[in-house]
Formats: sequence, C-alpha cells, structure tokens
Amino acid sequence: MFTLNMLAPGQSAEVVCVSGADSISSRLREMGFVPGEAVRLLRLAPLGDPLKCMIHGSRIALRNREAQRVVVSPQ
Amino acid sequence: MVQTSRRVVLVGNPNTGKSTLFGALSGVSVRTGNYAGVTIEKKVGRLADSDFTVELVDLPGTYSLSPRSPDEFVAVEVLTGVAVGEAVPDLVVCVVNATVLRRNLFLVSQLRELGCPLLVVVNMIDAARSRDLSVDCETLAANLGVPVIAISASKREGIEQLRLAIHEALTSATSVEPIRPLPAAFYEISARVSKQLASQTNLTLAKESRVNLYLIERALLDACGETEKTIIRRSGERAKLILETGRADLKRTLGELNEIECQSRYAWSRQMLEGVLGDGGRESHRVTDWLDSILTHRVFGLFIFAGLMLLIFQSIYAWSGIPMAAIESAQGYLSGLIESVLAPGILRSLVVDGIIGGVGGVLIFVPQIGLLFLFLAILEDFGYMARAAFLVDRIMSLLGLSGKSFLPLMSSFACAVPGVMATRVIENPRDRLATIFVAPFMSCSARLPVYLLLITAFVPATSVIGGFVSLRGLVLLAMYLVGVFVAIPTAWLLKRTVLRGESSPLVLELPEYKWPDWRVIGLRVYEACKAFVIRAGTLIFAASIVIWAAGYLPGNHSRQHELQTLIKTAESDSAQLVIWQTELQGESGRLLEESFLGQLGHVIEPAVKPLGWDWRIGVGAIASFPAREVIIATLGTVYSLGGDVDEENEGLMDALRASTWPDGTPVYNIPVALSIMVFFALCAQCVSTLLVMKRETNSWRWPIFSFVYMTTLAYFGAMLTYQIGMRF
Repeated sequence: MFTLNMLAPGQSAEVVCVSGADSISSRLREMGFVPGEAVRLLRLAPLGDPLKCMIHGSRIALRNREAQRVVVSPQ
Repeated sequence: MVQTSRRVVLVGNPNTGKSTLFGALSGVSVRTGNYAGVTIEKKVGRLADSDFTVELVDLPGTYSLSPRSPDEFVAVEVLTGVAVGEAVPDLVVCVVNATVLRRNLFLVSQLRELGCPLLVVVNMIDAARSRDLSVDCETLAANLGVPVIAISASKREGIEQLRLAIHEALTSATSVEPIRPLPAAFYEISARVSKQLASQTNLTLAKESRVNLYLIERALLDACGETEKTIIRRSGERAKLILETGRADLKRTLGELNEIECQSRYAWSRQMLEGVLGDGGRESHRVTDWLDSILTHRVFGLFIFAGLMLLIFQSIYAWSGIPMAAIESAQGYLSGLIESVLAPGILRSLVVDGIIGGVGGVLIFVPQIGLLFLFLAILEDFGYMARAAFLVDRIMSLLGLSGKSFLPLMSSFACAVPGVMATRVIENPRDRLATIFVAPFMSCSARLPVYLLLITAFVPATSVIGGFVSLRGLVLLAMYLVGVFVAIPTAWLLKRTVLRGESSPLVLELPEYKWPDWRVIGLRVYEACKAFVIRAGTLIFAASIVIWAAGYLPGNHSRQHELQTLIKTAESDSAQLVIWQTELQGESGRLLEESFLGQLGHVIEPAVKPLGWDWRIGVGAIASFPAREVIIATLGTVYSLGGDVDEENEGLMDALRASTWPDGTPVYNIPVALSIMVFFALCAQCVSTLLVMKRETNSWRWPIFSFVYMTTLAYFGAMLTYQIGMRF
C-alpha cells in the first residue's frame, strides 16, 4: 500500500482512499482527500515531519502519522 | 417606521478573508464575548442599513459543519438557531475563497442541505484574476440556487454590491429549497430515525421540523459527535439505541458513512462548478512558492524563524519599556496630585495605593499586549503563522503539543498575560488548555526584579568556567531553566491525564502570502487590549483593592498620617525631617505587621519555616499575590524602608543581609535566597494571569487548578532547595 508520506518531494499522485473511520480520517476527507483527487507532495519540514502537500489548489501540512492514512497511487 | 433588527451570520473556511470582510462590513463597532459555556469567541457587529438594524455575527472559520467538540457545536447551534439566547438567523452569508472554490463548496453543500436563507460571497476575486482564473458568478448562482456576489474584501471591491445583496435577501425573504447531495437512501433512513425518535422519546431539538431533521442527519453522520451526545443527554439510552440501529442500517445500505458523505459532497461541488471556472489559469501562486522555498527552507527557514522570535521577544521586553514608564509616571503624577489635595487618611490611601495603584497595575500590561498582538496579527495576516507552526511542530509534538503552542509559550517569557491570550490561535481545545496551563511557568519579566534583588544581595560576584561566565549570570539562567524544566513534564502529564484524548492531528492549511491589511491588524490589537482592560482588568483591580485593605486595616493610622503631614510641610534639609522620616518608616512597618496581612504572615510562619523563611518573607509572598514584583515594595515596607524601593536599592539589600531571627542568627543566606527565587519561579503569584486564564477558559476550574498546582510545586521546590542547600 502506497501512502502520501512515501512520495518524494515534487511527486504527484492520485488519492485512492483515506483509511480509518475516526475523526482524523473524517477531517482529512472533508479537507478534500477523496478518491480520484490529484495531490502533490511539496516538501518536508526541517526536521522531516510534518510534510506539506498541494491538493485542490491549497497547501496543507500533515504529520507523517496522518499522511500514512492517505492511500495514493503515484503517477 | 418601526425599527426591526435582523440577524446575519457570517461563516466560511479559514483563510477566506472572512475577518477582513467582517471588518469592512461592520467597521469597528464590534462587541466580543464568549458563547455560554465554551471557549469560542462571539463577535457581533452592526451593519448600517436604512430600513432596519442588522446584527452581524462572525463565526470562527470552519471547514465543515460536523461538530466534534462543544466549541464546534456552537457554530451549528447558532446557524440552526437552537443556541440558548440566540435568535434564528435571517440570512447566512458564506464566504468562499475564489482560488480554492471546490473545497470551499463542501461547506456550502452543508448549508444548502440545511436550507437556510443563504448568500454566497466569492472573496479574493482579485487574487484569482491575477492568476487568470475566471469565475462566472452568474452561472454559479444559477447552479447553487442562491445569490452569489464576487468581492475583494482587502481591496474593498464589491462591498457596496454585497450590502445591497444582503438588504435584498433580507427584504425579499424567498424560501430556499434544501438540496440533497447524499444518496436518497440516506435521507429515507434519516427520516425514519427521526420519526422513531419523535414517537418513542420526548426529543425536540428545534422548533422547526426542518432543523430537527437536519440535526438528526448530522447525528447519524458523525458517530460520537457533539450532536449525538446532545441528543443522548436530552433523551437518554432509548435515543442512543435508535441512532445506533439507524447507523447500522445506513452502513449496511451505503458503506462507510463518512466516506460516502465526503465523496457525495465533492461530486456535488464539481457539478456546481460546471461552466463556472474558465479554462487556463495557474493553480499555484508563484510568490507563495518562492517565499515558501526560503521561509520553510531546512536551514534558512529555521534561522529566519529564530530571528523573528528573538525580535518579538526583544520588543515585548524592551520596546514596551517606554510606554510602561509613561504609565508609571502618569500614575506617580496622579498620586502626587491626589496627595497634594487630600489630607493623609484612609481615603487618600485608598485612592492612591488602592485605586490608582490598581488601575496602574492593569494598564501596565497594555503596551506588552498591544505589541505582541501587533506582531501576531501582522504575521498571521501575512500568512507566516501557519509556516511557523509547520517548522516547529516536530519539537512541540514531543511534549504532546503542536507547533501552534510555540509562540504563546515564547511570549510568556515576557509576560504570561498576552501569552495566554495568544493561545486563541490553537483550535484543539486540549492543546490550548495544556498551553495555557504551562505558560505561567515561563519566567516572565515580573520575576526578574525578584531574581535581581536576591542574586545581587547574596550571590558572590565571582566568575566561573575560566572567567567567561559570572556565577550571578548562571544563577539567573538557572532560574529561567527551572520553569522550563517543570513545564515539560507538566505538559506531558496533562496530555496523558486530564487532557487525555485522541491525539490531535495537525491538518493545517498554509494560506497564500499576502500584504497584511492594516485595518484587520488595527482591529485585532484594539480588541485584544480592550478585552484585557475590561474583562480581566476589573477583577485585577478588585484584587488589588482587597490586598490594599488587608495591609491597611485594622491599625490606627493617625500617627502615620500626622507624620506624613509634618514631613510635607517640613523644610527639606532640617534635622527634624530625618527623625520624622525614620519614625514614619518604623510606624509603617509596625502598622503592616499589625494589619490583617501581617497577622496572616505570623500565622503562616510555621508553614514557611521549612523553606527557611520568617514571617516577613511570608507576608511578602502573600502580598505579592496580585503581582510578583510587589514583594519588593512589601519587603521595603516590612523592613521599614518605605514602600518606594526597587531591586537596586542598597538599603533594602543591607536590611536583608542584617535581618535576623529572634535568636540572632541571620534570616538570609544563599539557600534562603535560592529558596525564595525558586518559589517565585514556580508560583502562580499573579492575579492577572489567573484572571486571564479564567477569561480565556471561561471557567474558574483552570485558574484554581493552576494556582493549587503551581503553589504546591513552588512550596515543595523551595523547601527542597533550602533543605539541600543547607547541607553544603
């Protein structure tokens, strides 16, 4: 399973799904991590966590722990 | 003509320029307060309109209407009109960002589903235009079935059209047919659950059946959410069972409910944008990409961050000195004026020491609060704050906090009062409470006089480590570190005990950079200062009066007042003057010892003896409850030097060194000085901080808990310091 945090900076992917049924997963889905959406990893914070990605034309910072819930298929 | 009042509620995602629009519509006529029982701020403004007064309510920015905490539930309650003491809104204005329309329409879909009278405002149309993104608002309005107005709040473009549109929407009162973006099966099952709840329980969430149904739909969608909790609280186990059965039905028919909801809403959003967005245009903002490559750079990013923090810290510390000195001298001038008019007596003491001293004690914080909020507002409006949180999140997450806690803690080194107020940027309530709780452990500037006095008086001026560092400097540094080292395990423990909960995720939008809007910044600074002075200030003032009374009563002050009159009329260089002054100092010291405060000092002496303290230090510690630095003036009074001494006063240092126990042994030695300093490093002797905590958490629980916790720590910390120190 390939997840958002495994992408290289600059790499684009398509969201497959967000795993989990708790409020963190709901929040991610509400923020636009829904199947078919294009996402691009922009960069990592200086200490390697969190990461910054681009989705729906806006930049979102996520911790690795949250990014692991976002299953993607790299392009 | 009868003036009727209408209610307009402003909602929108964060970073849509909602507060800029709120400012543009309502000017500065804003009332702020808290909603009953929660920490979120309620902002109400007025909108000028010829036919009726319009009350404009600004809700905190939100991505969705699914309430996960009592704070978020307030937004839903206000929108649906079921909140206690809140009227049903006549119109909801949803602000969307023209450059992130698809995601912003998620919230619009929830509002359209609610079926409230709605107006959609496409803000930042200028930013979209500069990137060749075109938005066809007429088509969007036709698709959505509600009016759509394009504006640029920061450039004040389209504000008049918006005013007219609001007026039109309020007068025409056309009903809006609710949409149903989710699969039909969802609404069928929801309706059935609603009927069951109505027939089997006494549940009424709202007067309108449409709102009632909407809230039940939300309860089904958000398992363990705040709507469900409210229903269960009102109607008990029976309602819980009905909801759970309904949810199981939904899951069987549709699958993972939240997934279905989000997919359906984004599909709806795509449908709404058909024919709305033109071809071409750049998705990404070049300036933001460029600035981010520097400001969030692995090396430069951290350096710039450290530099900015240093600048803010330094300015709160140094630049506020001038206005603070001005406030102090104004206070001194006023006191002098009163003293020249009023004869010495209880009234004069009340006015000068109680009232003017109390008001001054409140106003003295205003420059620091104003400066901190000026910086915060500039960085926030520019878009840097989210980046700062991004940079330091990793470090703060080790403590169970997030990157957003860094700045409030940092500014607490200058003063915990603005620091606690700055925690408003932290949305997660548990993180926010933990940050508020540990903020007073950061050594603020009020502790510095206490440290300086005791270090200069008792720590020898020797240098250590080959002459580079002075021992005094090391002790001072150690005092700053004591607070930090206690704060770390405190935050860690809090997040694992009282504030335990699902670890808060960091899902943070990094907005595009833009020029700060001076009107928004001005309003933020003004609001912060006003809120402090009015709501915390009155209580700080009251506490000052109480301490004044405890130190003044019940002694007979006639000789003291007589002496004060004599000194004022005496010639400046007469020998008699010196005698009178000495007698006055002795008299003031005696009166303080006999006052309620002094008596209390004697009562607690056995309790503070293990700390190496005598009753005088005990009195100092109690009298410094309004503010730590008061201990110096109190010690000055107890040692009969008059209250007008500061930490560089040689007489006070000599008096401390000469002070003895009844058996003749000196009271002060290095362990005692360290024990006092450790006590002041850890104690909660600052009524302003406690009252700001009360204001910000909207309950007495946290300040009381904080006071007990910090005082206990301070007591045992001081005892440990003294007992260990005496073994060497």
